Amino acid sequence: MNQLEKEQYLREYAQLKAQGKPFFPYAIAKDSAMAVITLAVIIIMSIVLGAELGPKADPTTTTYVPRPEWYFFFLFEVLRIIKPPEYVPMATIGVPTLCMILLFLLPFYDRGAERRPERRPIATTAGILTIFAMAYLTFLGANAGSPNEIDMAPPSDLKGAALTEWNEGRLVVAQSGCLACHQIGENGNHGPGPRLTDIARNLPAAAIAETLRNPTAPMPSFERLAQEEPEKFDAMVAFLGSLK
Amino acid sequence: MPRFRIPTPTVPAALQPKPKRPGSAQGPATPAEQAAEGGIHVVDWIDERTSLSGGLRWMMFRKVPKGTNWFYTLGSATMFAFLSQAVTGIFLAMYYDPSPTRAYESVRYIVNDAFLGEFVRGMHRWGSTVMVILVFLHMARTFFFGAYKYPRELNWVIGVALLILTMAMSFTGYLLPFDQRAYWATIVGVNINGTGPLVGPYLSDFLRAGPEFGATTLSRFYAIHMMLVPGLIAALIGAHLYLVAKLGTTAPPWLRAKTETKLDEDEV
Repeated sequence: MNQLEKEQYLREYAQLKAQGKPFFPYAIAKDSAMAVITLAVIIIMSIVLGAELGPKADPTTTTYVPRPEWYFFFLFEVLRIIKPPEYVPMATIGVPTLCMILLFLLPFYDRGAERRPERRPIATTAGILTIFAMAYLTFLGANAGSPNEIDMAPPSDLKGAALTEWNEGRLVVAQSGCLACHQIGENGNHGPGPRLTDIARNLPAAAIAETLRNPTAPMPSFERLAQEEPEKFDAMVAFLGSLK
Repeated sequence: MPRFRIPTPTVPAALQPKPKRPGSAQGPATPAEQAAEGGIHVVDWIDERTSLSGGLRWMMFRKVPKGTNWFYTLGSATMFAFLSQAVTGIFLAMYYDPSPTRAYESVRYIVNDAFLGEFVRGMHRWGSTVMVILVFLHMARTFFFGAYKYPRELNWVIGVALLILTMAMSFTGYLLPFDQRAYWATIVGVNINGTGPLVGPYLSDFLRAGPEFGATTLSRFYAIHMMLVPGLIAALIGAHLYLVAKLGTTAPPWLRAKTETKLDEDEV
Protein backbone atom coordinates (compact mmCIF):
# COMPACT_ATOMS: atom_id res chain seq x y z
CA MET A 1 0.00 0.00 0.00
CA ASN A 2 1.36 3.40 -0.88
CA GLN A 3 0.67 6.59 1.03
CA LEU A 4 -2.36 7.45 -1.12
CA GLU A 5 -3.99 4.05 -0.60
CA LYS A 6 -3.32 4.28 3.11
CA GLU A 7 -5.01 7.66 3.38
CA GLN A 8 -7.91 6.51 1.23
CA TYR A 9 -8.40 3.51 3.48
CA LEU A 10 -8.27 5.58 6.66
CA ARG A 11 -10.80 8.08 5.27
CA GLU A 12 -13.16 5.37 4.11
CA TYR A 13 -12.86 3.58 7.44
CA ALA A 14 -13.49 6.77 9.42
CA GLN A 15 -16.73 7.24 7.49
CA LEU A 16 -17.86 3.66 8.02
CA LYS A 17 -17.04 3.99 11.69
CA ALA A 18 -18.95 7.24 11.99
CA GLN A 19 -21.99 5.57 10.45
CA GLY A 20 -21.72 2.65 12.86
CA LYS A 21 -23.13 1.96 16.28
CA PRO A 22 -21.44 2.17 19.68
CA PHE A 23 -19.64 -0.92 20.97
CA PHE A 24 -21.77 -0.86 24.12
CA PRO A 25 -24.47 -2.16 24.04
CA TYR A 26 -24.68 -3.38 20.42
CA ALA A 27 -21.43 -5.32 19.87
CA ILE A 28 -21.36 -6.32 23.55
CA ALA A 29 -24.78 -7.96 23.17
CA LYS A 30 -23.59 -10.13 20.27
CA ASP A 31 -20.34 -10.96 22.06
CA SER A 32 -22.26 -11.97 25.18
CA ALA A 33 -24.58 -14.19 23.17
CA MET A 34 -21.54 -15.84 21.60
CA ALA A 35 -19.91 -16.26 25.04
CA VAL A 36 -23.05 -18.04 26.31
CA ILE A 37 -22.99 -20.35 23.27
CA THR A 38 -19.27 -21.07 23.82
CA LEU A 39 -19.82 -21.92 27.47
CA ALA A 40 -22.85 -24.08 26.61
CA VAL A 41 -20.81 -26.03 24.05
CA ILE A 42 -18.00 -26.60 26.57
CA ILE A 43 -20.45 -27.75 29.26
CA ILE A 44 -22.30 -30.09 26.90
CA MET A 45 -19.01 -31.57 25.65
CA SER A 46 -17.87 -32.07 29.24
CA ILE A 47 -21.12 -33.85 30.20
CA VAL A 48 -21.42 -35.96 27.05
CA LEU A 49 -17.78 -36.80 26.37
CA GLY A 50 -16.50 -36.80 29.96
CA ALA A 51 -12.85 -36.78 30.96
CA GLU A 52 -11.48 -40.30 30.83
CA LEU A 53 -8.26 -41.06 32.63
CA GLY A 54 -6.16 -43.83 31.09
CA PRO A 55 -3.96 -46.26 32.99
CA LYS A 56 -1.18 -44.75 35.05
CA ALA A 57 2.03 -43.77 33.25
CA ASP A 58 4.51 -46.62 33.35
CA PRO A 59 7.94 -46.00 31.81
CA THR A 60 8.73 -49.74 31.63
CA THR A 61 5.75 -50.83 29.53
CA THR A 62 4.53 -48.72 26.70
CA THR A 63 1.12 -50.30 26.37
CA TYR A 64 -0.16 -47.07 24.95
CA VAL A 65 0.34 -45.68 21.50
CA PRO A 66 1.96 -42.28 21.58
CA ARG A 67 -0.81 -40.23 20.10
CA PRO A 68 -1.06 -36.46 20.37
CA GLU A 69 -4.17 -34.37 20.92
CA TRP A 70 -6.24 -34.39 17.73
CA TYR A 71 -5.32 -30.85 16.70
CA PHE A 72 -1.67 -31.90 16.48
CA PHE A 73 -2.53 -34.75 14.09
CA PHE A 74 -1.70 -32.67 11.03
CA LEU A 75 1.81 -32.02 12.37
CA PHE A 76 2.24 -35.71 13.16
CA GLU A 77 1.10 -36.66 9.66
CA VAL A 78 3.72 -34.40 8.08
CA LEU A 79 6.21 -36.70 9.83
CA ARG A 80 4.62 -39.75 8.23
CA ILE A 81 4.67 -38.28 4.74
CA ILE A 82 8.27 -37.11 4.78
CA LYS A 83 10.05 -40.37 5.50
CA PRO A 84 13.75 -40.54 4.58
CA PRO A 85 15.64 -40.14 7.87
CA GLU A 86 17.81 -37.32 6.54
CA TYR A 87 14.65 -35.28 5.90
CA VAL A 88 13.01 -36.00 9.27
CA PRO A 89 14.39 -32.90 11.01
CA MET A 90 13.00 -30.92 8.09
CA ALA A 91 9.57 -32.46 8.58
CA THR A 92 9.53 -32.13 12.36
CA ILE A 93 10.79 -28.62 12.73
CA GLY A 94 11.66 -27.29 9.27
CA VAL A 95 8.19 -27.29 7.75
CA PRO A 96 6.35 -26.08 10.89
CA THR A 97 8.96 -23.37 11.47
CA LEU A 98 8.67 -22.23 7.88
CA CYS A 99 4.87 -22.13 8.12
CA MET A 100 5.13 -20.18 11.36
CA ILE A 101 7.47 -17.61 9.83
CA LEU A 102 5.21 -17.28 6.76
CA LEU A 103 2.26 -16.77 9.09
CA PHE A 104 4.05 -14.16 11.22
CA LEU A 105 5.21 -12.20 8.19
CA LEU A 106 1.94 -12.38 6.26
CA PRO A 107 1.08 -8.66 6.53
CA PHE A 108 4.61 -7.77 5.41
CA TYR A 109 4.65 -9.68 2.11
CA ASP A 110 0.94 -9.33 1.31
CA ARG A 111 0.83 -5.54 1.10
CA GLY A 112 -1.88 -5.03 -1.50
CA ALA A 113 -4.66 -2.57 -0.76
CA GLU A 114 -7.45 -4.94 -1.81
CA ARG A 115 -9.34 -6.60 1.02
CA ARG A 116 -12.24 -8.40 -0.67
CA PRO A 117 -11.56 -12.15 -0.70
CA GLU A 118 -12.90 -12.61 -4.26
CA ARG A 119 -10.46 -9.97 -5.55
CA ARG A 120 -7.43 -11.53 -3.88
CA PRO A 121 -7.38 -14.83 -5.79
CA ILE A 122 -3.90 -15.89 -4.71
CA ALA A 123 -4.42 -15.26 -1.00
CA THR A 124 -7.90 -16.77 -0.98
CA THR A 125 -6.81 -19.89 -2.90
CA ALA A 126 -3.78 -20.32 -0.64
CA GLY A 127 -5.99 -19.99 2.43
CA ILE A 128 -8.55 -22.52 1.19
CA LEU A 129 -5.80 -24.97 0.15
CA THR A 130 -4.19 -24.65 3.59
CA ILE A 131 -7.50 -25.41 5.29
CA PHE A 132 -8.07 -28.45 3.06
CA ALA A 133 -4.52 -29.71 3.58
CA MET A 134 -4.84 -29.42 7.36
CA ALA A 135 -8.28 -31.07 7.34
CA TYR A 136 -7.00 -33.92 5.15
CA LEU A 137 -3.91 -34.49 7.31
CA THR A 138 -6.06 -34.44 10.46
CA PHE A 139 -8.38 -36.99 8.84
CA LEU A 140 -5.40 -39.22 7.96
CA GLY A 141 -4.07 -38.93 11.49
CA ALA A 142 -7.45 -39.83 12.98
CA ASN A 143 -7.69 -42.93 10.79
CA ALA A 144 -4.19 -44.28 11.40
CA GLY A 145 -4.41 -48.05 11.91
CA SER A 146 -4.76 -49.64 15.32
CA PRO A 147 -1.18 -50.27 16.32
CA ASN A 148 -1.50 -52.72 19.22
CA GLU A 149 -1.69 -56.05 17.39
CA ILE A 150 0.73 -57.94 15.20
CA ASP A 151 -0.84 -60.65 13.14
CA MET A 152 1.83 -62.91 11.61
CA ALA A 153 3.00 -66.52 11.71
CA PRO A 154 6.30 -67.45 13.39
CA PRO A 155 9.20 -68.63 11.20
CA SER A 156 8.82 -72.40 10.61
CA ASP A 157 12.26 -73.32 11.98
CA LEU A 158 11.53 -71.97 15.50
CA LYS A 159 10.89 -74.62 18.19
CA GLY A 160 10.37 -74.77 21.95
CA ALA A 161 11.83 -71.96 24.06
CA ALA A 162 12.82 -69.93 20.99
CA LEU A 163 9.22 -69.98 19.76
CA THR A 164 7.91 -68.91 23.18
CA GLU A 165 10.41 -66.04 23.23
CA TRP A 166 9.42 -65.05 19.69
CA ASN A 167 5.74 -64.89 20.70
CA GLU A 168 6.58 -63.00 23.87
CA GLY A 169 8.62 -60.52 21.80
CA ARG A 170 5.78 -60.12 19.30
CA LEU A 171 3.48 -59.20 22.19
CA VAL A 172 5.94 -56.68 23.70
CA VAL A 173 6.52 -55.03 20.33
CA ALA A 174 2.77 -54.83 19.75
CA GLN A 175 2.12 -53.39 23.20
CA SER A 176 4.96 -50.92 22.90
CA GLY A 177 3.16 -49.09 20.15
CA CYS A 178 6.02 -49.53 17.67
CA LEU A 179 3.39 -49.90 14.96
CA ALA A 180 2.27 -46.32 15.45
CA CYS A 181 5.29 -45.35 13.37
CA HIS A 182 6.68 -48.57 11.87
CA GLN A 183 5.39 -51.22 9.50
CA ILE A 184 5.92 -54.92 10.14
CA GLY A 185 4.57 -57.03 7.30
CA GLU A 186 0.92 -56.11 6.88
CA ASN A 187 0.72 -54.48 10.30
CA GLY A 188 1.29 -50.95 11.40
CA ASN A 189 1.66 -47.57 9.80
CA HIS A 190 3.64 -46.29 6.91
CA GLY A 191 6.07 -44.09 8.75
CA PRO A 192 7.40 -41.81 10.14
CA GLY A 193 9.76 -44.64 11.15
CA PRO A 194 11.40 -47.02 8.64
CA ARG A 195 9.78 -50.33 7.67
CA LEU A 196 10.75 -53.17 10.00
CA THR A 197 9.44 -56.03 7.82
CA ASP A 198 12.97 -57.22 7.01
CA ILE A 199 15.00 -55.17 9.45
CA ALA A 200 17.18 -58.13 10.48
CA ARG A 201 18.51 -58.42 6.94
CA ASN A 202 20.36 -55.12 7.41
CA LEU A 203 20.90 -55.07 11.15
CA PRO A 204 22.25 -57.86 13.36
CA ALA A 205 20.39 -58.42 16.65
CA ALA A 206 23.07 -56.60 18.64
CA ALA A 207 22.61 -53.50 16.48
CA ILE A 208 18.83 -53.71 16.91
CA ALA A 209 19.30 -53.82 20.69
CA GLU A 210 21.61 -50.82 20.47
CA THR A 211 19.07 -48.89 18.41
CA LEU A 212 16.32 -49.69 20.91
CA ARG A 213 18.54 -48.30 23.66
CA ASN A 214 19.77 -45.22 21.79
CA PRO A 215 17.25 -44.44 19.07
CA THR A 216 17.25 -41.47 16.79
CA ALA A 217 14.61 -38.96 17.78
CA PRO A 218 11.60 -38.89 17.81
CA MET A 219 11.55 -42.59 18.75
CA PRO A 220 11.46 -43.17 22.52
CA SER A 221 14.30 -45.08 24.16
CA PHE A 222 13.76 -48.57 25.59
CA GLU A 223 16.77 -48.26 27.90
CA ARG A 224 14.58 -48.42 30.97
CA LEU A 225 12.82 -51.56 29.81
CA ALA A 226 16.22 -53.17 29.21
CA GLN A 227 17.28 -52.35 32.76
CA GLU A 228 14.11 -53.18 34.62
CA GLU A 229 12.71 -56.09 32.66
CA PRO A 230 15.61 -57.51 30.63
CA GLU A 231 13.74 -60.68 29.63
CA LYS A 232 11.06 -58.58 27.90
CA PHE A 233 13.71 -56.52 26.18
CA ASP A 234 15.55 -59.65 25.03
CA ALA A 235 12.31 -61.10 23.67
CA MET A 236 11.74 -57.89 21.76
CA VAL A 237 15.23 -58.08 20.25
CA ALA A 238 14.71 -61.76 19.41
CA PHE A 239 11.45 -61.02 17.65
CA LEU A 240 12.84 -58.08 15.68
CA GLY A 241 15.99 -60.08 14.92
CA SER A 242 13.86 -62.76 13.26
CA LEU A 243 12.36 -60.36 10.71
CA LYS A 244 14.18 -61.26 7.52
CA MET B 1 -22.62 17.87 42.95
CA PRO B 2 -20.69 14.81 41.69
CA ARG B 3 -18.58 15.26 38.62
CA PHE B 4 -19.41 11.76 37.43
CA ARG B 5 -22.45 11.36 35.27
CA ILE B 6 -23.91 7.96 34.40
CA PRO B 7 -23.58 7.91 30.63
CA THR B 8 -26.74 7.28 28.71
CA PRO B 9 -26.03 5.07 25.75
CA THR B 10 -28.21 5.17 22.70
CA VAL B 11 -30.76 2.67 23.92
CA PRO B 12 -34.34 2.62 22.63
CA ALA B 13 -36.38 5.56 23.88
CA ALA B 14 -38.60 3.37 26.06
CA LEU B 15 -35.61 2.30 28.17
CA GLN B 16 -34.15 5.73 28.70
CA PRO B 17 -34.70 7.31 32.10
CA LYS B 18 -37.43 9.87 31.99
CA PRO B 19 -36.69 13.35 33.27
CA LYS B 20 -38.60 14.40 36.35
CA ARG B 21 -41.71 16.32 35.75
CA PRO B 22 -41.52 19.76 37.29
CA GLY B 23 -43.12 19.86 40.69
CA SER B 24 -43.71 16.12 40.97
CA ALA B 25 -41.16 15.01 43.55
CA GLN B 26 -39.95 18.02 45.40
CA GLY B 27 -39.85 16.29 48.80
CA PRO B 28 -37.05 14.18 50.30
CA ALA B 29 -35.35 11.76 47.91
CA THR B 30 -36.64 8.19 47.84
CA PRO B 31 -34.35 5.40 49.22
CA ALA B 32 -33.63 4.26 45.63
CA GLU B 33 -32.47 7.73 44.68
CA GLN B 34 -30.35 7.96 47.82
CA ALA B 35 -28.74 4.60 47.00
CA ALA B 36 -28.01 5.71 43.44
CA GLU B 37 -26.52 8.92 44.80
CA GLY B 38 -24.33 6.91 47.17
CA GLY B 39 -23.13 4.68 44.36
CA ILE B 40 -22.30 7.66 42.23
CA HIS B 41 -20.31 9.13 45.10
CA VAL B 42 -18.22 5.96 45.40
CA VAL B 43 -17.58 5.82 41.66
CA ASP B 44 -16.80 9.51 41.72
CA TRP B 45 -14.32 9.02 44.58
CA ILE B 46 -12.50 6.28 42.63
CA ASP B 47 -12.60 8.22 39.38
CA GLU B 48 -11.20 11.34 41.03
CA ARG B 49 -8.13 9.31 42.03
CA THR B 50 -7.72 7.08 38.98
CA SER B 51 -9.35 8.86 36.03
CA LEU B 52 -10.52 5.47 34.83
CA SER B 53 -13.82 6.66 33.45
CA GLY B 54 -12.21 8.25 30.41
CA GLY B 55 -10.53 5.00 29.37
CA LEU B 56 -13.67 3.02 30.07
CA ARG B 57 -15.76 5.39 28.01
CA TRP B 58 -13.15 5.23 25.23
CA MET B 59 -13.32 1.43 25.27
CA MET B 60 -17.06 0.93 25.63
CA PHE B 61 -18.56 3.76 23.60
CA ARG B 62 -16.21 3.64 20.62
CA LYS B 63 -18.13 3.11 17.44
CA VAL B 64 -18.14 -0.17 15.57
CA PRO B 65 -18.69 0.09 11.80
CA LYS B 66 -22.07 -1.08 10.70
CA GLY B 67 -22.20 -4.35 8.81
CA THR B 68 -20.12 -6.20 11.39
CA ASN B 69 -21.75 -9.62 11.67
CA TRP B 70 -21.46 -12.75 13.80
CA PHE B 71 -18.02 -13.52 12.35
CA TYR B 72 -16.79 -10.58 14.38
CA THR B 73 -17.63 -12.29 17.69
CA LEU B 74 -15.10 -15.09 17.21
CA GLY B 75 -12.27 -13.11 18.83
CA SER B 76 -14.19 -12.31 21.99
CA ALA B 77 -15.46 -15.91 22.09
CA THR B 78 -11.83 -17.08 22.04
CA MET B 79 -11.04 -14.77 24.92
CA PHE B 80 -14.05 -16.10 26.79
CA ALA B 81 -12.87 -19.68 26.23
CA PHE B 82 -9.50 -18.63 27.67
CA LEU B 83 -11.25 -17.17 30.74
CA SER B 84 -13.17 -20.42 31.15
CA GLN B 85 -9.87 -22.35 30.94
CA ALA B 86 -8.36 -20.03 33.55
CA VAL B 87 -11.24 -20.49 36.01
CA THR B 88 -11.53 -24.27 35.62
CA GLY B 89 -7.72 -24.48 35.72
CA ILE B 90 -7.62 -22.69 39.07
CA PHE B 91 -10.07 -25.19 40.54
CA LEU B 92 -8.08 -28.13 39.14
CA ALA B 93 -4.87 -26.65 40.59
CA MET B 94 -6.45 -26.76 44.07
CA TYR B 95 -6.32 -30.57 43.95
CA TYR B 96 -3.50 -31.34 41.53
CA ASP B 97 -0.10 -32.44 42.78
CA PRO B 98 2.69 -32.13 40.19
CA SER B 99 4.97 -34.90 41.47
CA PRO B 100 5.46 -38.03 39.37
CA THR B 101 4.39 -40.29 42.22
CA ARG B 102 1.28 -38.34 43.20
CA ALA B 103 0.08 -36.71 39.98
CA TYR B 104 -1.95 -39.62 38.66
CA GLU B 105 -3.62 -40.26 42.03
CA SER B 106 -4.50 -36.59 42.45
CA VAL B 107 -6.16 -36.54 39.03
CA ARG B 108 -8.01 -39.72 39.90
CA TYR B 109 -9.15 -38.04 43.11
CA ILE B 110 -10.45 -35.10 41.07
CA VAL B 111 -12.33 -37.41 38.71
CA ASN B 112 -13.74 -39.86 41.25
CA ASP B 113 -14.11 -38.06 44.58
CA ALA B 114 -13.95 -34.28 44.34
CA PHE B 115 -17.28 -32.47 44.13
CA LEU B 116 -18.07 -31.91 40.43
CA GLY B 117 -14.43 -32.87 39.78
CA GLU B 118 -15.03 -34.85 36.62
CA PHE B 119 -17.27 -32.10 35.27
CA VAL B 120 -14.67 -29.38 35.84
CA ARG B 121 -11.89 -31.53 34.41
CA GLY B 122 -14.10 -32.27 31.39
CA MET B 123 -14.72 -28.55 30.92
CA HIS B 124 -10.98 -27.88 31.04
CA ARG B 125 -10.18 -30.76 28.70
CA TRP B 126 -12.82 -29.94 26.09
CA GLY B 127 -12.45 -26.21 26.61
CA SER B 128 -8.97 -26.53 25.11
CA THR B 129 -10.46 -28.08 21.98
CA VAL B 130 -13.09 -25.33 21.75
CA MET B 131 -10.43 -22.65 22.25
CA VAL B 132 -8.18 -24.06 19.52
CA ILE B 133 -11.10 -24.27 17.08
CA LEU B 134 -12.14 -20.69 17.90
CA VAL B 135 -8.56 -19.45 17.44
CA PHE B 136 -8.44 -20.99 13.98
CA LEU B 137 -11.88 -19.66 13.02
CA HIS B 138 -10.98 -16.17 14.24
CA MET B 139 -7.77 -16.35 12.25
CA ALA B 140 -9.57 -17.57 9.12
CA ARG B 141 -11.97 -14.63 9.36
CA THR B 142 -9.08 -12.19 9.73
CA PHE B 143 -7.29 -13.79 6.80
CA PHE B 144 -10.15 -13.96 4.32
CA PHE B 145 -11.45 -10.47 5.16
CA GLY B 146 -7.95 -9.02 4.73
CA ALA B 147 -8.20 -7.58 8.23
CA TYR B 148 -4.44 -8.03 8.84
CA LYS B 149 -3.58 -5.26 6.38
CA TYR B 150 -2.63 -1.65 7.13
CA PRO B 151 -2.94 -0.41 9.85
CA ARG B 152 -3.45 -3.68 11.73
CA GLU B 153 -0.26 -5.59 10.84
CA LEU B 154 1.05 -5.60 14.40
CA ASN B 155 -2.21 -7.03 15.71
CA TRP B 156 -1.86 -9.96 13.29
CA VAL B 157 1.66 -10.65 14.59
CA ILE B 158 0.38 -10.62 18.18
CA GLY B 159 -2.43 -12.95 17.11
CA VAL B 160 0.01 -15.47 15.60
CA ALA B 161 2.01 -15.36 18.84
CA LEU B 162 -1.23 -16.08 20.73
CA LEU B 163 -1.92 -19.04 18.41
CA ILE B 164 1.52 -20.52 19.13
CA LEU B 165 1.11 -19.95 22.87
CA THR B 166 -2.28 -21.68 22.75
CA MET B 167 -0.64 -24.70 21.10
CA ALA B 168 2.08 -24.57 23.78
CA MET B 169 -0.64 -24.66 26.44
CA SER B 170 -2.13 -27.73 24.84
CA PHE B 171 1.24 -29.46 24.59
CA THR B 172 2.28 -28.81 28.20
CA GLY B 173 -1.18 -29.60 29.57
CA TYR B 174 -1.29 -32.98 27.84
CA LEU B 175 1.33 -34.47 30.19
CA LEU B 176 -0.30 -33.40 33.45
CA PRO B 177 -2.83 -36.25 33.93
CA PHE B 178 0.24 -38.52 33.83
CA ASP B 179 -1.49 -41.51 32.33
CA GLN B 180 0.08 -43.72 29.68
CA ARG B 181 -1.19 -41.61 26.81
CA ALA B 182 0.08 -38.40 28.38
CA TYR B 183 3.49 -39.84 29.20
CA TRP B 184 4.30 -41.43 25.85
CA ALA B 185 2.86 -38.67 23.69
CA THR B 186 4.97 -36.16 25.63
CA ILE B 187 8.15 -38.27 25.29
CA VAL B 188 7.68 -38.38 21.53
CA GLY B 189 6.68 -34.70 21.42
CA VAL B 190 9.79 -33.59 23.31
CA ASN B 191 11.95 -35.85 21.11
CA ILE B 192 10.42 -34.20 18.03
CA ASN B 193 11.41 -30.82 19.49
CA GLY B 194 14.92 -32.15 19.95
CA THR B 195 15.39 -32.74 16.22
CA GLY B 196 14.94 -29.05 15.49
CA PRO B 197 17.76 -26.96 14.08
CA LEU B 198 20.07 -25.03 16.46
CA VAL B 199 17.82 -24.52 19.49
CA GLY B 200 16.09 -27.93 19.21
CA PRO B 201 18.29 -29.93 21.60
CA TYR B 202 18.43 -27.05 24.11
CA LEU B 203 14.66 -26.65 24.01
CA SER B 204 14.23 -30.37 24.67
CA ASP B 205 16.65 -30.30 27.58
CA PHE B 206 14.86 -27.26 28.97
CA LEU B 207 11.46 -28.95 28.72
CA ARG B 208 12.70 -32.20 30.26
CA ALA B 209 14.78 -30.40 32.90
CA GLY B 210 17.76 -32.51 31.80
CA PRO B 211 18.81 -34.99 29.15
CA GLU B 212 16.29 -37.58 30.38
CA PHE B 213 12.64 -37.49 31.34
CA GLY B 214 13.02 -37.23 35.11
CA ALA B 215 11.38 -36.38 38.39
CA THR B 216 11.33 -32.61 37.82
CA THR B 217 9.99 -32.79 34.25
CA LEU B 218 6.40 -32.91 35.41
CA SER B 219 6.68 -29.92 37.75
CA ARG B 220 8.45 -28.00 34.99
CA PHE B 221 5.60 -28.66 32.57
CA TYR B 222 3.16 -27.69 35.32
CA ALA B 223 4.90 -24.37 35.98
CA ILE B 224 5.05 -23.58 32.26
CA HIS B 225 1.41 -24.61 31.82
CA MET B 226 -0.06 -22.60 34.68
CA MET B 227 2.25 -19.62 35.13
CA LEU B 228 4.56 -18.82 32.24
CA VAL B 229 2.30 -19.34 29.22
CA PRO B 230 -1.01 -18.11 30.74
CA GLY B 231 0.78 -14.95 31.91
CA LEU B 232 2.09 -14.33 28.43
CA ILE B 233 -1.31 -15.05 26.89
CA ALA B 234 -3.09 -12.67 29.26
CA ALA B 235 -0.56 -9.90 28.55
CA LEU B 236 -0.78 -10.39 24.80
CA ILE B 237 -4.59 -10.49 24.88
CA GLY B 238 -4.39 -7.11 26.63
CA ALA B 239 -2.17 -5.71 23.87
CA HIS B 240 -4.39 -7.29 21.20
CA LEU B 241 -7.51 -5.72 22.69
CA TYR B 242 -5.87 -2.33 23.12
CA LEU B 243 -4.94 -2.30 19.44
CA VAL B 244 -8.44 -3.41 18.42
CA ALA B 245 -9.95 -0.54 20.39
CA LYS B 246 -7.37 1.94 19.16
CA LEU B 247 -7.51 1.02 15.47
CA GLY B 248 -11.17 0.05 15.44
CA THR B 249 -12.96 -3.13 14.46
CA THR B 250 -12.63 -3.71 10.73
CA ALA B 251 -15.65 -3.34 8.51
CA PRO B 252 -16.56 -6.21 6.17
CA PRO B 253 -14.33 -5.71 3.11
CA TRP B 254 -17.17 -5.35 0.60
CA LEU B 255 -18.79 -2.52 2.54
CA ARG B 256 -18.43 1.05 1.26
CA ALA B 257 -19.44 4.19 3.07
CA LYS B 258 -22.88 5.02 1.65
CA THR B 259 -22.76 8.73 1.02
CA GLU B 260 -19.90 11.10 1.05
CA THR B 261 -21.19 12.66 4.22
CA LYS B 262 -19.19 15.49 5.55
CA LEU B 263 -17.49 14.40 8.71
CA ASP B 264 -17.57 16.49 11.82
CA GLU B 265 -14.21 17.08 13.39
CA ASP B 266 -15.04 15.08 16.49
CA GLU B 267 -16.29 12.07 14.58
CA VAL B 268 -13.00 11.23 12.91
